Amino acid sequence: MDAKAIHEKLVARFGEKIAGEGLAAASPFAVVAPEAIAEVALFCKSDPRLAFDNLMCLSGVDYPKENPPRMEVAYHLYSYVHLHTFALKVLLPRENPALPTVEGVWGVANWHERECFDLLGIVFLGHSDLRRILLPDDWEGHPLRKDWQDPEYYHGLHVKPTQQMAERALAGEKIGVGPFDFTPPNRSNQG
Amino acid sequence: MATPEPVVNEWDRQDRQDLDTDEMVLNMGPQHPATHGVLRLELRTDGEVVKAARPHIGYLHRCFEKHAENVDYPGVLPYADRMDYCAAMGNTLGFALAVEKLHNLQVSPYVATLRIVMAELQRIASHAVAVGTYTMDIGAFTPFLHLLRDREKILDLFEWTCGARLLYNYNWIGGVSHDIPEGFVRATRDLLREFDSVTFPELLDLIIHNRIFVKRLASVGVCSKELAISHDLTGPNLRGSGVPRDLRKDEPYLGYETYDFDVCVGQGQYGPLGSCFDRNWVRVVEMRESSKILHQALDRLEKMERTPVQEKCPKRVKPPKGEAYVRSEAPRGQLGYYVVSDGNINPYRVKVKSPCFTAMSVFHHLARGMMIADIIALIGSLDIVLGEIDR
Repeated sequence: MDAKAIHEKLVARFGEKIAGEGLAAASPFAVVAPEAIAEVALFCKSDPRLAFDNLMCLSGVDYPKENPPRMEVAYHLYSYVHLHTFALKVLLPRENPALPTVEGVWGVANWHERECFDLLGIVFLGHSDLRRILLPDDWEGHPLRKDWQDPEYYHGLHVKPTQQMAERALAGEKIGVGPFDFTPPNRSNQG
Repeated sequence: MATPEPVVNEWDRQDRQDLDTDEMVLNMGPQHPATHGVLRLELRTDGEVVKAARPHIGYLHRCFEKHAENVDYPGVLPYADRMDYCAAMGNTLGFALAVEKLHNLQVSPYVATLRIVMAELQRIASHAVAVGTYTMDIGAFTPFLHLLRDREKILDLFEWTCGARLLYNYNWIGGVSHDIPEGFVRATRDLLREFDSVTFPELLDLIIHNRIFVKRLASVGVCSKELAISHDLTGPNLRGSGVPRDLRKDEPYLGYETYDFDVCVGQGQYGPLGSCFDRNWVRVVEMRESSKILHQALDRLEKMERTPVQEKCPKRVKPPKGEAYVRSEAPRGQLGYYVVSDGNINPYRVKVKSPCFTAMSVFHHLARGMMIADIIALIGSLDIVLGEIDR
């Protein structure tokens, strides 16, 4: 089935819950209401004409400058039966983004959702094991959000020398703590 | 209203903890040599049997996706190289294809053929490492040396072409960094002749159909078709489970549809289909198919008119606003790039679907009920590279 037919089938089944479409995009997609994503996903997998048995990718994107500011979760689907692709998108508010999990539909979603939670702070309701996956457990914040600021310290170590720190260091001041002191480079030796 | 069934978290199940006795939590890695990098496994064991397993990843996380947002498009390529460091050609190829799709660029047939030559040479080199280290994991040291020796010859070809042995930055957006040097085709032919007549038969005799190897692996780590598809196993792992799907056939890019080669699918000739043996067997016979493609590509290169390899490279890579999910068949499976462009010189968002990441997500299913010694065989057979899992 081509993207248009898939979209029509979804609209016929779910009506209002399919809130928009992007069929002209390089990877065509339909926009799904957040609360309906689990049933839409289950339908996409179990319907014999769609048969999307494979979740290729699940990605979150942050759009703080859009009006209204939003987060997106994109599900790229593939069918090993019919060899067609389609994408679902869910638009979420930037404040406390949350949507139902789809790990019961595609097993791989478990890890993808953990990664999305880890890096963007999107909460997947009903997830069996929603922990950080790539970053340390005690990490604070979600770095792939566009308003992310690198912390100055992590466990007492300088994570990122700021402009002021670099200037102070170049002026000859010793900054930092512990064995990982940031000592200023000796410019005169570098010829 | 139909909703999916909730997934049971085996690790945290209380009833199981209350029933069983004498359980021990065993920590394996991140410095364990058989975990192929810095993978840490928590195993809940009852004697020698693994009751539940929990992989911990992230020890090699280098913020690829965050870095990609802060550099321009060509600047992402060297970072992409460093994800799967055993098959760097495939990584940059995937990213270049994705940006070219956004940019609506078509590379010339000559460049496409060069890319195929490099991708397939890389596939042979990558599978050589995979099979070689695997045999070492399960206790045979010599094949590892043989295979690394043969991989070395391929790396020499890469070095001759672009100066780098491991991280090439070869596939650029709209072209490649260097044309092949004079004599490359002949040298590659010599290498392939040796591969076809000596290395490959030797590999089959020495390892793959070796009685010890077969008996060790033919019924270990069996992954069913449904589980493989649900957990998005791709590449040799998927084909090892008997699903004849290869992107080079299904969604051809760079003109793969004009080459004559077969998709290798696990046969289950010594045990249940989808075992560790099948995954490895697929890898080995895939090397022969790559050699077939290479022979055809080299023939074409000789006859083809040489065009400048960078003539299509845009001076400023600035794709129009839009997004694309593009995947390609890397040696370890489908490597997907989801690239969002807001019309700037930096990508707005790059998400990588790494085949090793998804392959590792099935691990706890397969590991349940296994012996600890088989865990090593299982990890190796999934052919993971931690650089790509953690990105």
